[in-house]
Amino acid sequence: MKASLTLHPMLFDKPEKKATRDGFGEALLELGQKDERVVALTADLGESVRTHAFEKAFPSRFFEVGITEQFMIAAAAGLAMEGKIPFATTFANFGTGRVYDFIRQSVCYNQANVKIAVTHAGITLGEDGATHQMLEDLGMMRTLPHMTVVVPCDYLETKKAVWAIAEHVGPAYLRMGRANVPLITTAETPFKMGQANVLREGVDVSIAACGVMVYPALIAAVELEKTHQISAEVVNHHSLKPFDSKTLLKSAKTCGAIVTAEEHQRTSGLRAACAEVLSESLPTPIQYVAIEDTFGESGTPDALLQKYGLTKDNVVKKALAALRMK
Amino acid sequence: MDKKKLKALKLTANTLRQDVIQMLLAAGAGHTGGPLGMADVFANLYFNVAKHDPKKPHWEGRDRIVLSNGHICAILYASLAEAGYLPKEELKTFRKLDSRLQGHPARMDLPGVETSAGSLGQGIGVAVGMAMAAKLDSKPHTIFALMGDGELNEGSCWESFLNAHKFKLDNLLVMVDRNDIQIDGYGHVVLPLDPLADKFKAFGFDVFEADGNDMAQVVSMTEKAMKTKNQKPRVIIWKTIMGKGVDFMQNLPKWHGIPPNAEQAAEAMKQLQAERVRIEAEKA
Repeated sequence: MKASLTLHPMLFDKPEKKATRDGFGEALLELGQKDERVVALTADLGESVRTHAFEKAFPSRFFEVGITEQFMIAAAAGLAMEGKIPFATTFANFGTGRVYDFIRQSVCYNQANVKIAVTHAGITLGEDGATHQMLEDLGMMRTLPHMTVVVPCDYLETKKAVWAIAEHVGPAYLRMGRANVPLITTAETPFKMGQANVLREGVDVSIAACGVMVYPALIAAVELEKTHQISAEVVNHHSLKPFDSKTLLKSAKTCGAIVTAEEHQRTSGLRAACAEVLSESLPTPIQYVAIEDTFGESGTPDALLQKYGLTKDNVVKKALAALRMK
Repeated sequence: MDKKKLKALKLTANTLRQDVIQMLLAAGAGHTGGPLGMADVFANLYFNVAKHDPKKPHWEGRDRIVLSNGHICAILYASLAEAGYLPKEELKTFRKLDSRLQGHPARMDLPGVETSAGSLGQGIGVAVGMAMAAKLDSKPHTIFALMGDGELNEGSCWESFLNAHKFKLDNLLVMVDRNDIQIDGYGHVVLPLDPLADKFKAFGFDVFEADGNDMAQVVSMTEKAMKTKNQKPRVIIWKTIMGKGVDFMQNLPKWHGIPPNAEQAAEAMKQLQAERVRIEAEKA
């Protein structure tokens, strides 16, 4: 592991787990204390998206709008254009697909300083099933002009991401999950929006991951080394936009083969972002771990990750396949 | 209001209508009927009611005039030009490449445009958000949200109305252009809205209705609505005639979304100029 990143000491033993959305709730509260321009909106999901502490601390700056997501996004734009820093919060599917046109016109075309912070993204939402398992959001959001897209991998990275998007002037999308996920980073781990973190250096194959797939990528790298004597690099691409092409290209040059890993459809997300950069500047063999153009279903997060191939084993398999393409 | 002022407003509305015809002729595409129908309401808003300063378009204390049905932007641009936000000459660039006057209004392009609008049912939400911000900061300005009646087909409008009521936004004044015409035909055929006033009442609004093409009514009803503050959002339903002022356009759905050709524009200008002579002859 890269020592300079001071990752969590228990990472490979018995990782501590916490939900990214808990980091969001805490950071939002801290942010509210520091900056009175910060306001929050939620669409009947305050408990789930963890805005309760903010609501309690700043009741006049909190807007429960009921189940009106279209309104929530438009109103957030209005608040932003009046100098507020609004966080519009709901589940990933209600905060993107359902309101895409509102984000496009009222937020992005207006260049309104709106932060869309969503939780329950991807299949790890679990038992609620496919209707709620948003798997296309990264594609939708990163194709919008002026939008910034951040996918933190754990609780602490989420907190840093919240501060970073609040500081950034312009529309931003923050994608979080529901489930408890391993703590990978520590307070000392650097975080800079638009700058990927090389978590582990390697020379044979590079694994580009984001969100909940960063952890399986890391343990896959350990297995590749132990079982196959393969040196795998692991890069945490927490920022899908702006995308850190420089780090990707450097890693691709060193390793000569790439595996992408994301909890998203195989098109339009991280895999696409990598392919766009590599195909233009440094054609490199790519394999991917992602959802195979299908919907999810009900189940526990772990069972779903297994069934849909978002696993350490699949990362290892795809790394070996990528190596064969070299 | 004294007759002299009323007459001046009528003349301004007539100027705006003439500008709209010239703009649409130059553009060769766009919406003609709606802008003509709302000319009286816009003249009253920009030149009588709203506090604003063309020299300081971002002045914090200004009243916000938020156009939600962006497709009638010809009347917004004509009003902004008449007020001095942009040179009148620039109106001829409407809908052309590199123009600040986009086919539908673009906030980042033209100072005075409070929000980009085109896709319907969004500007009203933005306006409600602005009203929430003004309440939070105890600022006294008014947020005017201008909407089309066809736009009210969009469910998101009603989401916004529910929240305007919830947050007691008596700094919000919605104005609906009730011309009963949308692209596919008469509104009551495409998707009936009546009883519209009752719907707004049921959504918790103070509701006002008047003839949006009678300047005396436009002035007095706006004044009345501005004075009404019951911790509730307000709406004025303006009954208007789409294409008002040009007899061959009036109340015909086909004029919702097309421009006049040169011959039609000349005839329209003739009619509007004749109307101007009539207004000027009015005793003030």
